[in-house]
Amino acid sequence: MAALENSPQTSPDILLETKGLTRHFGGLTAVDDVDFRLKRGGVHAIIGPNGAGKTTFVSLLSGRIRPSAGTVRFAGEDVTKLKAHARVARGIAYTFQITSTFQAMSARENVMLAVQRRLGGGLLGPEEETLRREADHALARVGLQGLEGEKAGILSYGHQRLLEVAMGLGLAPRLLILDEPTQGLSDDEIAAFIALIKEIAATSTVLLIEHNMAVVMGLADRITVLDHGRVLAEGTPADIRADRSVQHAYLGG
Amino acid sequence: MDFGPYLLLASLEGAVGAAVLAVTALGLSLVFGVMRIVNVAHGEFFMLGAVIAWWAASLIGVHPALGFLGALVLSPLIVGAVALFAERTVLSRLKYDPEATIVATIGMLYVIQQVVLMTYGPDARPVQPPFDFRIQLPWFGYSAYKLFVIAAAIALMLAVWAGLTRTRVGLMMRATQYDRETARAFAIPVDKVYAGVFAFGAMLAAFGAVLVVPVQQAHYLMGHDPLLLSFIVVIIGGLGSLRGTVLAALIIGMSDGIISVFFSPTLAKIIATLVVAMVLVWRPQGLFGERPA
Amino acid sequence: MSVMRRLGLGPDRATALHVGVLVVLLALHFVLPDYHHISIARIMVLACFAMGYNIAFGYSGLLSLGHAMFFAAGLYGAGLAAQFLDVPATGGLLIGILGALALVITFGAVALRTTGVSFMIVTLMFAQAVFLIIYYFGEFTRGDEGFIVPDAMRAAFGYALNEPTARYLVAFGLFAVCLIISLAIARSGLGRVLVAIRENEDRARMLGYDIYRMKLLALLISGGMAGAAGAVYAMLFGYVGATFASIEYSILPLLWVLVGGAGTVLGPFVGTLAMFYLIDITSGLTTAYLLVVGLALIGLVLFFPKGILGTIRERWASWLP
Repeated sequence: MAALENSPQTSPDILLETKGLTRHFGGLTAVDDVDFRLKRGGVHAIIGPNGAGKTTFVSLLSGRIRPSAGTVRFAGEDVTKLKAHARVARGIAYTFQITSTFQAMSARENVMLAVQRRLGGGLLGPEEETLRREADHALARVGLQGLEGEKAGILSYGHQRLLEVAMGLGLAPRLLILDEPTQGLSDDEIAAFIALIKEIAATSTVLLIEHNMAVVMGLADRITVLDHGRVLAEGTPADIRADRSVQHAYLGG
Repeated sequence: MDFGPYLLLASLEGAVGAAVLAVTALGLSLVFGVMRIVNVAHGEFFMLGAVIAWWAASLIGVHPALGFLGALVLSPLIVGAVALFAERTVLSRLKYDPEATIVATIGMLYVIQQVVLMTYGPDARPVQPPFDFRIQLPWFGYSAYKLFVIAAAIALMLAVWAGLTRTRVGLMMRATQYDRETARAFAIPVDKVYAGVFAFGAMLAAFGAVLVVPVQQAHYLMGHDPLLLSFIVVIIGGLGSLRGTVLAALIIGMSDGIISVFFSPTLAKIIATLVVAMVLVWRPQGLFGERPA
Repeated sequence: MSVMRRLGLGPDRATALHVGVLVVLLALHFVLPDYHHISIARIMVLACFAMGYNIAFGYSGLLSLGHAMFFAAGLYGAGLAAQFLDVPATGGLLIGILGALALVITFGAVALRTTGVSFMIVTLMFAQAVFLIIYYFGEFTRGDEGFIVPDAMRAAFGYALNEPTARYLVAFGLFAVCLIISLAIARSGLGRVLVAIRENEDRARMLGYDIYRMKLLALLISGGMAGAAGAVYAMLFGYVGATFASIEYSILPLLWVLVGGAGTVLGPFVGTLAMFYLIDITSGLTTAYLLVVGLALIGLVLFFPKGILGTIRERWASWLP
């Protein structure tokens, strides 16, 4: 499942970049003039107190909502005007904060849909055999082997979260955006999850929104802190840990 | 006749149509506003109201005014009861799921229509207006009863508006419309409100029908046009907005009347249906409604 | 063989079942008494209309209340072409399908900008407009009264279509084609995507599917089938009238699909068959046969939303496409 290769661009190691990205909701400014750069490779985390605008920001990146102002560039291309489905086709995959799978379909079929999209194949689609194989591979990668035939709706919460990740993998994306993926998982499940993300980060870039600081510190190569829709701080985990304004924002002292 | 009188006549006819339409559409609007469902059988409640009015009037028969009065009282009550029955047995069981409800109300449409066909028959039957004199207007004499219809409709709508804004029941209805869950949290019996609103919506349709049946005749297929026009009014006026419904009814009723007189009724309807589709696509909240949450 | 499998026609139970149904229907041609012979021909054509509706509603979740306009486009396209332009059946079929597709590209494309209840009302309104336009041009269409399609035009490849054998076989031919298309869609990637969109549109969008395009595609196939059914209906049964463009003919395919099982391939046929005979029997008893339609709709939506084959599939036969 090789990821799509480079297109010519100005800074080859910047995968995603926003300039002046802003979003208003009526009188509220959820995202305020954000300049953000995501380096290719590794795990980048976005953290911030509740209401900081994290989910809105990521919705702007994935194309689920349109910006009030500003631009988004992905792999050197301006994608600001592109609709969500077109961005997915360019290589951005997004897993939902609230688990959203096709409940009545089997886990395998869920992932087959992702693979099918990637492989294209005209009106009738690719060979079913190919789809099944790729889907099962993705499911095995996240640790769901043996559950392929189960209906997504009856899987445990933790397993459904993993299914979401498997669907993301089925797309073989260049950028995998995970929106609060460990929420509601047990400690064991979280540990397994961290290992999985490390492995995925070897081949795709991962953008992670998280509340769980242990997960963030354990996984992230770089961290961006959002507060009130603005970038408060950015840097390595060590930088952020030491940053006064971050402590301020979280503890409100 | 030259243009002036023709226009006045068309306007008056339009006003009568608009008055009846406003009352009928209000019923549909309330049901959608509070319950968030579309009642496709609304036109049949209208028709039922007219048919029962005929039945009541012919039963009482002593004097047209008495018959009409009887119809005015009995018809909405009976139609309201039928609506209540339908709501309790079918709609509440569907938990008011929007698509299922539409299919179910389509079924109700056919049931009511065909039962009337089987009992009342396919004929159109007239009902005597309660009084039958003409008022002299600048160019011609015009039926006093038709003017009464306009007045009665206005009175009824003022009463409904007062009820909605000034009484406790009205407050419960508006609260349920705004936010069903919060209303429940405030111990408002949402199920009872729903049942009541659905019955009341049907009663309004029946009332409109009783008003119009001395002018038209009672026929088992007469629900079709009012349904379509009510739809148009409610969608353009904004689902759930009383002011919007009244204004839209005025616009639609008047233009339908005028276009029908000067051009063809079919063309008027074609334009109306296309306009309503376009409004739904590009401005779904209509003229006065609020964007759905 | 690989192509066949890709078309959903691999060697398995499901294919055998559908081929079996086709074989039985073909065999019936030789044994049915006159009345049922023409009835089954009629049912087969109407079932194609229902199968078209099923693609939109059963698979894609597009609850249209305006499909009569696509059927009418076929009916009037073929009928008017025969009446005024001396176009025979094959040309009529083409015109009918193109007419229906034209309506999909105009009205359908606009309607798809809405969803749920709005979509239902918008499609209803557009179909009403078409119905009224038919009346408005009553000079040509004869409105409610309708007109008889000239016998001379009801012919294809030298065979007269008002003759029982040709009529049945043409109906069967259309039915077979629509059935195979439905089966192929249901078991292909396209079918999987349409069902996904129906189930969780947002998720499908975030997997990269262009939702609008897919729905439009579904509507094109759906409208095309309905238009073909309408054109063939005009040619085989010789009568074109405004009733076929009325709301009733938007409700009926919904009813047929619900009865037979929405989202199953054979459901539309089963539903059309069942309701046809049910209404047939009822109209023998009373003029108010639409009462059955009303009660059926209410009963279905309350107690039996999956329909006949849908329930069978859920309880016993999960392999049923």
